[in-house]
Parts: sequence; C-alpha cells; structure tokens
Amino acid sequence: MAADVSTGAEGRPARAGRPARAWRAWKSGRPTRRPAPVGHARERGDRRLGYALVAPVIILLLAITAYPLIYNVWNAFHFDNLSYGNLPHNFVGWKNFTAMFDSPQWVSALQRTLIFTVVTIVFDMVVGLALALMMHRQFHGRGFLRAAILVPWAMPTVVSAMLWKTMFDPSSGFVDYILAAFHPAWGSLAWVNANEWRAWAAVFIADSWKNIPFVAILLLAGLQVIPNDVYEAARMDGASWWQSFRRVTLPMLKPAISVALIFRTLQALLVFDVIYIMTGGGPGNSTETLSYLSYNTFIINTDFGLGGAMSIILVLLALAVSFVYVRAFRPDTA
Amino acid sequence: MTSAVADGGAPAVVAGSRAATWRPPRVSARKVVRETLFYLAVVIVVLIALFPFYWILRTSLLSNQQVAAGVGGANGIIPSHLSGSAYKDVFTNSSLSFLDPLVNSIIVALATTVVTIIVASMAGYALARLRIRGAGAILAFILLAGFFPVLAMIGPLFLVLRYLGMLNNIYPLIIVYLVYTLPIATWLLKNFFEQIPLELEDAALVDGATRLQTLRKVVIPVAIPAVFTAAILSFILAWNDFAFAVSFLTSTNHFTAPLAITTFGQSQYQTFYNLIDAAVVIISIPIALLVLFAQRRIVSGLTAGSFR
Repeated sequence: MAADVSTGAEGRPARAGRPARAWRAWKSGRPTRRPAPVGHARERGDRRLGYALVAPVIILLLAITAYPLIYNVWNAFHFDNLSYGNLPHNFVGWKNFTAMFDSPQWVSALQRTLIFTVVTIVFDMVVGLALALMMHRQFHGRGFLRAAILVPWAMPTVVSAMLWKTMFDPSSGFVDYILAAFHPAWGSLAWVNANEWRAWAAVFIADSWKNIPFVAILLLAGLQVIPNDVYEAARMDGASWWQSFRRVTLPMLKPAISVALIFRTLQALLVFDVIYIMTGGGPGNSTETLSYLSYNTFIINTDFGLGGAMSIILVLLALAVSFVYVRAFRPDTA
Repeated sequence: MTSAVADGGAPAVVAGSRAATWRPPRVSARKVVRETLFYLAVVIVVLIALFPFYWILRTSLLSNQQVAAGVGGANGIIPSHLSGSAYKDVFTNSSLSFLDPLVNSIIVALATTVVTIIVASMAGYALARLRIRGAGAILAFILLAGFFPVLAMIGPLFLVLRYLGMLNNIYPLIIVYLVYTLPIATWLLKNFFEQIPLELEDAALVDGATRLQTLRKVVIPVAIPAVFTAAILSFILAWNDFAFAVSFLTSTNHFTAPLAITTFGQSQYQTFYNLIDAAVVIISIPIALLVLFAQRRIVSGLTAGSFR
C-alpha cells in the first residue's frame, strides 16, 4: 500500500504530456508501444510497485519448487528415513546415489520410463498432427469434433485411468467382450495385473487417449496462424499435397510442434497418476516408472535420502529435456 | 468393433454435406470416395473419444448383481435393465461417503482458483506494464516452475507438512496446487494485459487514479475474458490433481474426490466397477460442463502466446 500512495503522488505531474502523445500515436495508426520513460520519480514508483506485485508469485513458487529442491539435495547426502525415527541424520556422502545406481529396480524403471517417453511422444505427435489436420478442415460438425476431442484432455487422470481400467477389465470391460468374438480365450484376458506387455498397452492407451487431444489442439492453433497465401503460392507452383505439407506446413508448424513436444515429453517422463491407478506398478515391478519409484521411496518407504537422490535425477532429466528442445527449436531467424 | 454405430452414423453425415457442397459438373467419383473416407475417419475419432464415456455411464447404471455377472447376454452393450443403485451406494457407503471428498475437492479447487487469479493478475500486470528489471528472467522462472517434476517435490513437502502437523489436511493443498496453476495463469494474464491499449490506463492515471486503482477498476474489467479463462484452467488443474493428494492425505474423509475414487468398489473377490464408475461420472460432470460451455476460451487460453 505504501508503494501505491507514493506512485500516485509522484507519478501524476510527470504524466502531463501523455494524452496528447497518446492521441498522436493513436491517430498515426501505428501499434502502441510502451511510452518512453517520463521522469525518474514515476519510473521508480512504478518499479517499486512492480516488485511488490510480482513478489507473491515468486515467493510462492520458490517455496513450492526451489525449497524442496534444496531440501532434496541436502537429504540426498544424508541419512533420513522415518522408519528409523530416532537415528540421527548423518552425512553419508554419495551413498544414496550409489545405492540408487546399483538398484536394478531403479535402473529398469529408468529404462522403462525412457522407452515409454520415446514411444509416447512419437505416437502422440503423429496422431495429434493427423487430428489437427482433420480439425483444420472446414466441414459440418467441426465444432462438435473439437469438443469431442477436448473432453478427454480436460478430464482428471483418475477419470481416464479408471475409465480404461473399466474398459480393459476381463469381467466388466468392453475390450475383452469384443475380443471374445475373435477367440474364446480372449474373452477373459487380464490386462493390467497379469502380463507386463498388456499392462503397458493398457497404460499407453489410457495415457494417449487423454493427452493426444492436447497435442492436437496446440498443433491446430499452429495450423491456423499459417497464412493461406503461402499455400496458394505453393499450389501455383504446382506443389502436390504432400509437397506443400512437407515444405510449407511442417516448417511453419515448428513453433507449435516444439511447444507440444516439450509439454508431452515432460509429462511422459514424469508419468505417475495413470500408473498408480491402473497397475500400481505391477504386475511385479514391471510398470514402475521413475516418478512411481520416487513416490514409493518417499511415501511408502519414507526414505527421504534415497528419494532425494531420485528426485535430483528427475529434476536433471526434466532440465535436460527442456534445454535440448529449447536449443533444437531456437528460431533460425527472428 | 464399432461398425454398428459407424455404419449408421457415417452415411447420414456424408449425405448432408454432399447436399451442401455438391456441384453437378465437378463431382468426381474420387472426390466422393475421399469425402466419405474423411467423414468415416471423423466418426471413428469421435467414437474413440466418446465411446469410453458411454461405457462408464452404462457400467455405473448397473446393479451389483449385473456387474458380478459380467458383460454379455442381458448385460450387453445396451443392458436390458438399468438402476441407480451405484449412485446411491457411493453416497451412503459406510466407510466413505463420496460427499465429503466432493466437498473437499470443491473447497480446494475454488480456493486455489481465487488465490491464483489474485496473485497471477498482480504479477501479470507488473510483468506487462511496470518495466521492472529482470522481467524476462522472472517470467522464465515462473514458466520453468510449471515444468518442475511434481514427484520430486512430494518428499520435502511431506516432511515440512509433517513438521507443521498439517499432513492429512486439505488446506495446504491450496498452496501446493499453485505450482500447477500460477505459471499458466500468470503467462496468460501477462499476454492479455500487454494487448490492452495503453490509452485506457493513461486516461485513468491522468484523472488521478493510482496504479492499483487503475488495475482494479480499469484493467481487470477489460481483462475479464482472460481472467475467466485463467480461472477455468486453474479450476480444472486443481480439480484434477492426484499426486499431491495421494501423498499427503491418509484418512478417507479428508480425501479429495479423485483420490476417493480409488477406494470404491474394492472387495475381496470382485471389483465393483459400477461404484467406481458412478464416482467417475460424478467428478467428470463439472469438467465436461466447463469444457462444453467454455470450449473456445479454453482453447484460446491453452494456445495464447505459446509460439513466440
């Protein structure tokens, strides 16, 4: 509030020349820009107010992300396990990290997570692009198609996971009911808790069903900003559909593709909800991912040292992905 | 597998479109085939997107006996008999009534939305208008926070909440959920504020209003569509959380709705999907309504300024 008062008092006199300039700017039809700084007092007051206004968001986000990160780093080098409540939190060096790298459970979770991520983003981008092209066409029922595609995205993961768990259930599900028509034994095929591949298939379908719409909507927005005359020029030059797709659509879609890729890669890399709800990491440990193991270590085993080490790897992976994509998709020309 | 419905739906749609676009001299067999295939693809996509919803709605309307009997016979794709018993059961369940989790979820999602809008519009305005130093770095940090791995945060946050005696309590979730909502809401509002003509604010400032008064009385009212979009997205994101809830909440009456769903329908010999799906249908409804009413806003909010 203090900043507020000072702005008003100091700021007003400096503003005297504003309306005329604003009017001239408006008349000239040029896009309005931020006016040149007028006097130090108003600037300083504005800036002080500015800091006061961004402070809450920064403090809150630091408290929810940076603080846990630092805490994790500290924990990763210490012994901290609630199951051994009274033991002191001694410094243990790299012990938590070596325990993690030596654990076959963690290594296979890492492999699975990476494979899942690659398969998911390739599939989601291809299908998402196809859906975006579909929605980009003018036809009756386009709005309905868009709403139908958007609904799965907006649903909580618990809905998409439970929905597909129902669909894949041997007794209550639709999938086995249909499969029974092809082979009697398939009528009672267990998906999420009997076979590693089928469990992954079910998880993959539930995850893609929920997340492809997001890719499609982002890519559709990218398609809509490509000006029509570019296509017209391509057609004049006798380009086929494939050529104009390859040479015009894809390059101009690059920014949208990069945004979709970053979001989807990070979501897939950190997949947790759908695994927890559909398979609980099973059968055995065969659908455990890095995030699932991290939950298991923190909340079930209450090992905050090992969990801290796992979290650091998660954060580094997420950072590496963002960094690689940002580098790879940096606009060639401004 | 879905041919019964597809065959019924596709020709009708195609026929309608042909009536609208058909031009006698130019129609070719190839074009007709192509259009037919296109609409067939549309129908298949819509079916894949929506049929699972029909299936859970159908399952939620079965009785326990019908679920135990399995799919088939009288309990086929369209069951011969429907009942609302599952909906009654999830609300009168002896171990957990779905009402408590629903109320918890509504409280947390609404409170998160309100806090998000207040904090994000202040920050968005400062970043858009108040020429603070390091605005670019601040914005980058806010966006980066949105990518922070949730499952890396739960451990330390668990310890903090345990220390504060606030485990198994829904109110800390309001703060924690801001990590989902603040980045996108701040980004969205900042982009919108930048597009508001400066003259509007200048007029108010010249008339002697302070910056904060201008923000409240001039900028926010103009930005209502963006605020509305940010609020809808925030509500959806907070409503949808599972990871934090499953990590911090332990007793069922403190559960949020998505977490409570995982406790329904479990018995020793059988999973009663009618109970699970009744709860699923119930928590899907507010989200489905939001999407249908605010489809355009959500899409524009999701994509606003994403590609710069």
